Amino acid sequence: MFTAEMLESIKKVEATRAERMSKEPRRMTADEKEALLKAYHPDYREDGFATIKVGPNKGQKAPLELGQLLHSNSRILNENIDLTKVDYDVDVLVIGGGGAGSSAAIEAHEAGANVMIVTKLRIGDANTMMAEGGIQAADKENDSPVQHYLDAFGGGHFAARPELLRRLVMEAPDAIRWLNDLGVMFDKDEDGRMVTTHGGGTSRKRMHACKDYSGAEIMRTLRDEVINRGIPVVEFTSAVELIKDDKGQVAGAVLMNMETEDYLVARAKTVIIATGGAGRLHYQNFPTSNHYGATADGLVLGYRAGAPLLYQDTIQYHPTGVAYPSQIFGALVTEKVRSLGAMLVNKDGEAYAHPLETRDVSASAIIRECANGKGVETPLGSGVWLDTPMIEIIGGEGTIEKRIPAMLRMYMNYGIDMRKVPILVYPTLHYQNGGLEIGGEGYTKAIPNLLVAGEAVGGIHGRNRLMGNSLLDIIVFGRNAGKAASARAKEVTLGNMNLDHVKAYAEELKAADAEFDGVSPLLLPKYARHER
Amino acid sequence: MENMVNVYFFGKKYSVPGDLTIMTAMEYAGYTLKRGCGCRHGFCGACATIYRIKGKNELKTCLACQTQVQEGMYIASIPFFPTDKRTYEINEIRPDQRVMMELYPEIYSCIGCNACTKACTQSLNVMQYIAYAQRGEFEKCAEESFDCVSCGCCSVRCPAGISHPMVGLLARRLVGKYIAPETEHLKNRVEEINKGAYDELIEQVMQKPITEMQELYNTREIEK
Repeated sequence: MFTAEMLESIKKVEATRAERMSKEPRRMTADEKEALLKAYHPDYREDGFATIKVGPNKGQKAPLELGQLLHSNSRILNENIDLTKVDYDVDVLVIGGGGAGSSAAIEAHEAGANVMIVTKLRIGDANTMMAEGGIQAADKENDSPVQHYLDAFGGGHFAARPELLRRLVMEAPDAIRWLNDLGVMFDKDEDGRMVTTHGGGTSRKRMHACKDYSGAEIMRTLRDEVINRGIPVVEFTSAVELIKDDKGQVAGAVLMNMETEDYLVARAKTVIIATGGAGRLHYQNFPTSNHYGATADGLVLGYRAGAPLLYQDTIQYHPTGVAYPSQIFGALVTEKVRSLGAMLVNKDGEAYAHPLETRDVSASAIIRECANGKGVETPLGSGVWLDTPMIEIIGGEGTIEKRIPAMLRMYMNYGIDMRKVPILVYPTLHYQNGGLEIGGEGYTKAIPNLLVAGEAVGGIHGRNRLMGNSLLDIIVFGRNAGKAASARAKEVTLGNMNLDHVKAYAEELKAADAEFDGVSPLLLPKYARHER
Repeated sequence: MENMVNVYFFGKKYSVPGDLTIMTAMEYAGYTLKRGCGCRHGFCGACATIYRIKGKNELKTCLACQTQVQEGMYIASIPFFPTDKRTYEINEIRPDQRVMMELYPEIYSCIGCNACTKACTQSLNVMQYIAYAQRGEFEKCAEESFDCVSCGCCSVRCPAGISHPMVGLLARRLVGKYIAPETEHLKNRVEEINKGAYDELIEQVMQKPITEMQELYNTREIEK
């Protein structure tokens, strides 16, 4: 399975293992980290970005591919859609059926609102389902929400919005309690204490997990609860544009049946954008750990309706995506592999950095090693070793099967036994740090009855996110959005519905000579090959 | 030249590179997937697929995103499977044997053919976890079914009409909510926060200038 060069390098990894295990690699100083990021992090590559030419963030940078979508016209610009024919009429419309959208829907339903979820694939086809490592919450005696705040604030380069980060850390323990009461099976010991580990950049062991199916366990439980409550879920139907009213409020969305491509109209007193991330835009040609539908749709919808973005120019590349074999290229290798003890090792068997630096630092260090000839060649590029056999030595035989069964299974499909041999990794496009800007209560600042939750939000994490804070944010901000939206819905009186903002945006694009040839939102990546 | 193999999507022949997965081979052949494609990394169960190798009679099941193509594969993806999920109020059920009898009585019609286990794309012992559910051994059922991605391949093959993934899911929710021991430190921390024990401290840290936060962050003690 491995090439001769790989086998040669594995021998070096094995030869240095005992010595490496005898001492913990040094952590970098603040200055070293900054220099490394500037030299190697993709966010610093100028040619990966474009300047936004229209809208509230005009003049700022965005990844090239996101810029193209922001500069594209609406797919319904020239459609004549009769907004007086309303197909769905609800209090709260949730766009997106992942963890944030489902949490929001459950809380809105709990508050008595008439709520509906619309999602372009199935409920649960979302990055939440794929989150492996865990969820943070400061619920142990040696920890506190203040410590959690410090870790996240520093890890995000002191750029998080304090009012958002405060909500994240203060409501974290209650989020775990809520999930536990819904029946999520967290890893606990026989006394009921949570089994917790470190993540990159944490100062306390506060990573709660459900083996390495943490997100899947949370998502399937939330989905089950949505169905049990009878909350309507309209699947394979995408929101393609927000509808506004003559008071400047949002008033619903134009939907498109993904299969028939027919349009539908949903009227709503409040709208929650919970559309997730953008990995499938493949910024800078990176592979991605994201699900099929992660195409930044909500950012485009919100932006066109006038809601500003925040930190749209900062992207998280997860340090350990699969570099080899090619069939699973870019798939996530959970950070938990490093939490359990595996070191990052270069071609020569050197542990060139501490395995639990923050993700941006860890990813940059891998890119540096590979750029300097210290990576191992693969058919699709190069990578460094993640020394997984160390886990079995540290935790005892069987640790991998018990704690990270999904990883073991994924590699075993291709004949690689990670208990016995190390695995090759390279950064993969993982998370959108930025997104639509919201205030502490979850509403966008520009439109009073439009809310955002989950990965589509910008500002919760600053310019880098710690492991385990995303599963947390979808629950905390999803729940909050559901409660807030159902309360606000009671006060909202809608005016006349219109799509004037879509036309106005098109005119602005034309005036700025910025029109990109294509339509947005993208909805699905273009993977079909049509060559002859 | 790449190593090409011949595969048949819905009976139609295509030549595709042999190192692709079934999913990427369909895209190579020109399909734009809407159904039968979700996370693409083996966690969501959207891409349940049936195949048979030309010249052999056995029908196999797999996840299209996790399975490499082989010469002579006849492939049909399953766009949707009408799983029979029963609804319940989680706060009103209890973890006793009765709940399975009421919600999923057909599990007692299992004839022990083991077709579910053979069909499992995650190599789980499906028939065994159904047996645990029959006996009300929910912890064992939860553990055995934990890695289930709900692709539904087991249910497709079941002569007793059991929706296995839904049985496992119910068992796991019962264990998570009722059977697993309560977490004292979690309960305490939620109470402390609700009483406002951290309000002042968090307010203070939010007000600190960035330079002071940098100092605090760079010198913070890290738990071993």
